Amino acid sequence: MMTLFDSFLVRAAFAGFGVTLAAAPLGCFVVWRRMAYFGEATAHASILGVALALTFSFSLFGGVLIVALLMATVVSGISSRGYAMDTLLGVTAHSALAFGLVSVSLLQGVRIDLMSYLFGDILSVSKNDLLMIWGGAISVLIIIKWRWSALLISTINPDLAHASGINPKREQLVLTVALAIVVAVAIKVIGILLIAAMLIIPAASARPFSQTPERMVFIAASLGGVSAIGGLRLAYIYDTPTGPTIVCVATTIFIMSIIGNYLQRAFIK
Amino acid sequence: MNLLNISELTIKIGKKTVLHNVGLSVKRGEIVTIVGPNGSGKSTLLKAIIGALEPASGKVERSSDLRIGYVPQKLHIDPTFPLTVRRFLCLPYSFTKLAIQNSLEQAGVEDLELQQMADLSGGQFQRVLLARALLSKPNLLILDEPTQGLDQAGSANFYRQIEEVRNQLTCSVLMVSHELHVVMATSDKVICLNGHVCCEGKPEQVASAPEYLALFGSGTQGALALYRHEHTHSHDQSHDHFHENS
Repeated sequence: MMTLFDSFLVRAAFAGFGVTLAAAPLGCFVVWRRMAYFGEATAHASILGVALALTFSFSLFGGVLIVALLMATVVSGISSRGYAMDTLLGVTAHSALAFGLVSVSLLQGVRIDLMSYLFGDILSVSKNDLLMIWGGAISVLIIIKWRWSALLISTINPDLAHASGINPKREQLVLTVALAIVVAVAIKVIGILLIAAMLIIPAASARPFSQTPERMVFIAASLGGVSAIGGLRLAYIYDTPTGPTIVCVATTIFIMSIIGNYLQRAFIK
Repeated sequence: MNLLNISELTIKIGKKTVLHNVGLSVKRGEIVTIVGPNGSGKSTLLKAIIGALEPASGKVERSSDLRIGYVPQKLHIDPTFPLTVRRFLCLPYSFTKLAIQNSLEQAGVEDLELQQMADLSGGQFQRVLLARALLSKPNLLILDEPTQGLDQAGSANFYRQIEEVRNQLTCSVLMVSHELHVVMATSDKVICLNGHVCCEGKPEQVASAPEYLALFGSGTQGALALYRHEHTHSHDQSHDHFHENS
């Protein structure tokens, strides 16, 4: 039976949509909490997850999820004694990538296309992948929706959260889990190296046009969706790698948002 | 029963003992002020009361009907975070538009609902924090140096507002303050803290207590207090001191 999802382009479009939808709220938290490097470290570590999954031949999603979760927990637990947090994150982000790449290359009898993990391979998304991506995306959205107010107040100030009976450490854990899921579902679509870009750039583009956190998430999701579809189309036309093309489109939108914001301030007073 | 009873409370942050054997109670309707030099554990004590810090030993007993309205010391809202005043007041629990307007009015900032938090002045920001604390109809208002960063007129106004609020709500107030002249005028009880309770009592008793004078010097009835901390000051009771530099 022919279905909509028999076309690889349609599958790619839906995969891109799913990822940007989940990335939007999380990307906003990454921007608000200044966790850009944290997202990067988690994403980079996931190449270790790939190696793990290939070695023990279990699902890629599972391997990446476990390692991303582990990495996120380790990083958020690091006590920064004598080093600034961004230094420690810089160390973990890049060393995780290096160790991951080395361990993948040490795998015997497995020939893998490293590029497809580093930059994503959205055009080869299968129906199974699509199911995984949307499953992950929807669970992230449900988690974030469920904890929304608690996450916001914990982000604003941990003491205010405590005074309202909310444990900010638990909310941090919720974000960590959600981040790990997003990384795991985004790897196929956008690739390890550029996941952080899809978290941060749409959220940053949305900031000047948002008065409330909800609006910022909504705009970030829309811009992310436009980037995914636009990038996919351009990559198809010009035969460029899809993941980087999507990020290029997102960045173009970001620059336009800066200019738009500048013009708005200059002329509408 | 009292709203709050604290007994033999010891708090450690890392290996450092910040509070040692602190006892404190807040009766209904009472205004209690905590004074003490920088690093004396004032904010730590308030954080233990709201449950943000776990005691190493001792007890914090809260009355079953205790509702705390907490105004933190200073709050920096990242400019990347879009947040209107109205949205901020509804975190984490939402309230009706009317309740929000009432609380803003009580705090003396009725026209700010749609402003961005990042655009508020220091005084407006503190009043919005006060409005947020009032929304839950607290019977204990906890304020941690609420006038930090305000000029003298601004802080005098703010304290007047708090007094008005208290008279309306008949709630208790527990606050940390550096402005001793205000404290002396309005408090029912003053607690002088320096890692432990140095002395406590009615404002005039504390003001003349040798422990207090040793911490703050004399002549603190005026606007300016000397915050020099003498390590050699003497106490009635003999107990250990926990100073950072001792």
